[in-house]
Amino acid sequence: MSGTIEVSPAPPAPVREPARPPARIPRPGRWTEARRSFRRHWQLYLLVVVPLAYFVIFKYIPISNAVIAFKDYSPVKGPWGSDWVGFKNFDLFFHNPVFWTLLKNTFILAVYLVLASFPIPIVLAIALNEIRQGVFKKTVQLVTYAPYFISTVVVVSMTLLVLSPRLGFVNDAIGLFGIPEVDFLGDPNYFRHIYVWSDVWQTTGYSAVIYLAALSGIDPALHESAKIDGASRLQRIRNVDIPGIMPTAVIILVLGVGNIMSIGFEKAFLLQNPLNQSQSEIIATYVYKTGLLNADFSMATAVGLFNSVLNLFLLVAVNFVAKRITGNGLWS
Amino acid sequence: MTRRSGDTTIAETRGDQIFLVGIKVMLWIALIVVAVPLIYIVANSFSSASAVSAGRVLLWPVEPSIRAYKEAFSDPLIMKGYLNSFIYAIGGTLISVTLTIAIAYPLSRKTFFGRNLIMSALVFTMLFSGGLIPTYLVVQNLGMLNTRWAMVIPSAIGVWQVIIARTFFRSTIPDELYEAATIDGASDLRFLWSIVLPLSKPVIAVIALMYAIYQWNSYFDALVYLKDPSLYPLQIVLRNVLILNSGTGSTTTTSLAQQLEQQQLANVLKYALIVISSLPVLVIYPFVARHFTKGVMVGAVKG
Repeated sequence: MSGTIEVSPAPPAPVREPARPPARIPRPGRWTEARRSFRRHWQLYLLVVVPLAYFVIFKYIPISNAVIAFKDYSPVKGPWGSDWVGFKNFDLFFHNPVFWTLLKNTFILAVYLVLASFPIPIVLAIALNEIRQGVFKKTVQLVTYAPYFISTVVVVSMTLLVLSPRLGFVNDAIGLFGIPEVDFLGDPNYFRHIYVWSDVWQTTGYSAVIYLAALSGIDPALHESAKIDGASRLQRIRNVDIPGIMPTAVIILVLGVGNIMSIGFEKAFLLQNPLNQSQSEIIATYVYKTGLLNADFSMATAVGLFNSVLNLFLLVAVNFVAKRITGNGLWS
Repeated sequence: MTRRSGDTTIAETRGDQIFLVGIKVMLWIALIVVAVPLIYIVANSFSSASAVSAGRVLLWPVEPSIRAYKEAFSDPLIMKGYLNSFIYAIGGTLISVTLTIAIAYPLSRKTFFGRNLIMSALVFTMLFSGGLIPTYLVVQNLGMLNTRWAMVIPSAIGVWQVIIARTFFRSTIPDELYEAATIDGASDLRFLWSIVLPLSKPVIAVIALMYAIYQWNSYFDALVYLKDPSLYPLQIVLRNVLILNSGTGSTTTTSLAQQLEQQQLANVLKYALIVISSLPVLVIYPFVARHFTKGVMVGAVKG
């Protein structure tokens, strides 16, 4: 994605005009070029009108609408006409006893998820890469990839059925070891494990495919020469494979940290029940409840905005650290 | 994934052989962990209601029965949800693919002024959003609340899909082709329609499938924007039946035996519903898996 923000090759000279050698044929100015492009390719500009309108209406107007976080929103007056209240909503939220619980729940869940779902696909991909092409390899790939295509509602339903105290096979299985029945969904302490490990179950195969592609991009000559030097499989994995997939791994880790705060809603909401709420209530579910169920638009927007800013900050920070350590990041 | 050449030229050491066995065991475990819950659900869905309720089914149907499927397919709410999901998936995909190409193609052209600025503006929306309520207000002001439009318009364009399509156009449509077409008198739109689109079938298929699966599986937009049950997509119906345990229809039962039977049927119905709802996606999945991977990789290439 780094290519999306291309840096122009112009030197960062503070004074541009005198720095130019006078003998050169002057390039047409930016605006002349733009006008010519408009005239010649007006059809292209026509094409982007509707998609751009989409982004303005559904992405940028909401960002400007977020101003109601600093207002007392009234539907009659609209987002910009409502009365300013400054940081009142944030103040109320930060002093709400629920604030620290929400922050803690969201953060622990996010970190746990990233830590658990990061290494496992790498292990799976390396293992798949070690064995020969064949039916077994294809089967493992096809089966582990499949859950990625199942909806969150279905995955949560499956989780509930499998873990259910009376019907599910997990309780039957642990019953064999003489462990009494566990009500997994009724105990708040299990919520995070259920959330994270069902996610690992669903996405490991998908993430592994990306690493497999990275592994297939490694120059076979590196493996050859390592083999001739007598390196064992484990040594080749450590010294050839792992460095080879490092850039991919960093990008996936950065994206993982950046995304968790924004996509956490669906599953947490579905897995939530009154019994496990002390650990399952996260910022996203709180925003939904405050905003749409209690119709406190300003407060919900303030909480959401706080989440977005935190998210962006996290993404930038992780990217910075990743770039410092490995030289790879999302944007360069 | 090419096979490592020369795998057999140097004999494996004993340590390596043991290591390989370890790896195979690990892969078997991965296979079982992923497959068992899937098989368990399917086996239950084909079993009798009493066997399911007694928890007697593990990996093979007990007292095979397709009663749950018959029940599910005759339930008006579930069928309505199925139909709605198809409408949203097909309509949404058509709109999404059209709009995605309409912006991705110009952004792939070097002669398009301001493409970097627009691309940055798009990528920014991936990093920062106004949030749930501000977006809800926009949908509300447009009068889309509780209409089918709310399901397909607010989520119409994915930036990721734009990046995938743009990267594909950039890397597979050479500038020379465009120059040749202009000499022959083709306009930009004509070139896009007659040359670029036919050459881009693979990437169009990939993004269409991504959008279709996203639409089929999504429930959040419906949860937020829809109130009328006749507009609900399948996922919302599923959530009501599977997670909230609210049942599908009104059943006026009289005797205790009948109630018990209803309760048992409700249990097995859950398993059948999971299978039914995932079927369309899982049926096409083996055919699209490869293309999906390719699409993900194309998008990931730094372009």
